Amino acid sequence: MIAFVKKNEGFWLFVHSPAAMVAAIFAVIILLGAVFAPWIALVNPYDLASFSLFDGLLPPVWLDGANPKYLLGTDDQGRDMISSILYGARLSLVIGLSALTIAAVLGVGLGLAAGYYGGRFDAIVMRIADVQLALPAILTALLIDGIARGILPAAIQQDLRVAVLTLAIALSLWVNFARTARASTFMHMNKEYVQAAIMMGQHPLRVMFVHILPNILGPLLVIMTVDLASAILLEATLSFLGIGLPADSPSLGTLIRIGMQFLLSGEWWILWIPTMFLVVLVVSINILGDFLRDLFNPRLR
Amino acid sequence: MVYFILKRMLQSVFVMMAVAFLAFSLFRFVGDPITQMTGVETSVEDQERLREELGLNDPFIYQFLRFTGDMLKGDFGFSYRTRQPVADMIASRIPATFELGVVALMISLLVGVPAGVYTALKPRGVLTQTILMTTLVGVSIPTFVIGIMLIFIFGVQLGWLPTFGRGGTFKIGAWESSLFTIDGWRALLLPAITLGVYQLTLTMRLVRAEMMEVMRSDYIRFAMARGVPMRSLHYKHALANTMVPVITIIGLQFGGVIAFSIVTESVFQWPGMGLLFLESIRFVDIPVMGVYLVVIAFFFVLVNLIVDLLYVAIDPRLRIRDV
Repeated sequence: MIAFVKKNEGFWLFVHSPAAMVAAIFAVIILLGAVFAPWIALVNPYDLASFSLFDGLLPPVWLDGANPKYLLGTDDQGRDMISSILYGARLSLVIGLSALTIAAVLGVGLGLAAGYYGGRFDAIVMRIADVQLALPAILTALLIDGIARGILPAAIQQDLRVAVLTLAIALSLWVNFARTARASTFMHMNKEYVQAAIMMGQHPLRVMFVHILPNILGPLLVIMTVDLASAILLEATLSFLGIGLPADSPSLGTLIRIGMQFLLSGEWWILWIPTMFLVVLVVSINILGDFLRDLFNPRLR
Repeated sequence: MVYFILKRMLQSVFVMMAVAFLAFSLFRFVGDPITQMTGVETSVEDQERLREELGLNDPFIYQFLRFTGDMLKGDFGFSYRTRQPVADMIASRIPATFELGVVALMISLLVGVPAGVYTALKPRGVLTQTILMTTLVGVSIPTFVIGIMLIFIFGVQLGWLPTFGRGGTFKIGAWESSLFTIDGWRALLLPAITLGVYQLTLTMRLVRAEMMEVMRSDYIRFAMARGVPMRSLHYKHALANTMVPVITIIGLQFGGVIAFSIVTESVFQWPGMGLLFLESIRFVDIPVMGVYLVVIAFFFVLVNLIVDLLYVAIDPRLRIRDV
């Protein structure tokens, strides 16, 4: 019942918040574009046969010398910018969402267990979290990436880039989930319904995931949105630094790094269009995150 | 009080030991040091002899203690990539990163604190709303994009400022400084702003939240009722009490500044520790990575220790509690 009322109230607030509406529209458009990239993109940027050097460096359609076939122009290899961006966003979102899922499962699991069992287990998890919180996420991710480079044999490194990158991002983001889940679990541990469930002799896993988890989802959802933005930013930053993905499978960050080469020449669109796209995506997600936070924290309203 | 300081110092030592252990494990288990040091033509017997000579067959704990001892003596080993002492490589990069970080922090505080106070005191103002909207966009724009934008506007379009490197530096002993030449400041300005912008938004939001909290408190209401002039109320009573969190912010931001200086240094090709760290990751230069980690952790622990001690100096209540 409470959930029902809250949902409707949330919907009401949502329709009356223009910023959240616009952000949601942008986010949905980008998401759809990324999901359906193979069907709507003009060329496949991974397939060298699908584009031609003769179409290289064409400006966007509103400038002189453009080819109307390429609405936002082409890069130096003749790749259609829109296609590159759609495929790039696809890769960025896949990495961001998988990293987020891993981080959430790991963090929420550890947080729930820490809050449920308390004592020594809780102390160990929280000390690890403290140490990791002291290291900024990007440093952790860089370090994990560096270690993976040292451990993995050179032959399979290229194939595992996406997996390594995802894991590096996931391992630098789990702490937020763990701390929030633990704090909320602590609050619920003393409530009657949890005590009753424990007293009835239910399995700890059942108490944690069936009874407590649904009741602490609100704050976790907020962290999910905020951290999705962080994950996408981290991926973009690592790829921009040349540590993330190789140039033949460009994510948004890689596209921006490639575009940097054109900073001094006239082909501004190769740099600025992917950049704008990344910023719009992250701003949209952050606005949605802010909206959710206000929704679940009525005190701020 | 003495007990408090001692306890904090002991904690710091433990953190440093943990980081040293991590650095050592990196060095010892990620790749084989012997294959890194020798070429393909070195015979297996020679490799084994070298392994024995370097003590790599000793028990793990021995090796770790020796590693820590060497570090304390200032011996950080040699880079796999350049074959130079890591200590020299890092030391020559410290001034660049340090100056960049300090100037960025100054920008963040000198703009962030007044902006935070203003937006807290005039929560419904048009300027406040504008500032808040701008910071929301500001936190969403990645550091490297801010850097590229600044390069594009001030370096490429207007041609006012250089876009890479440190410009003219001035040597004081071994410390290469860019703070004493106009050229150096010109080169420093864009990277420092890039690094400062993100921190600035955090500072502003935290100061604003803290200030609003204080303004709601009883003693401020009482002072208001007593007729204390608004000006003195805002800047003497309220602001003084937000200083503790502001110091925390500086401590916390230090980590952010260090981490994002990696990105900023990469965008501007600023020859600091961050750029060195990136290069060492790219070439799997484990000794440099490990030492970078230890050096950063050391600064980190040091700053946090100073912050804690400053608390005691600023907040008289803490002094009484721990005597």
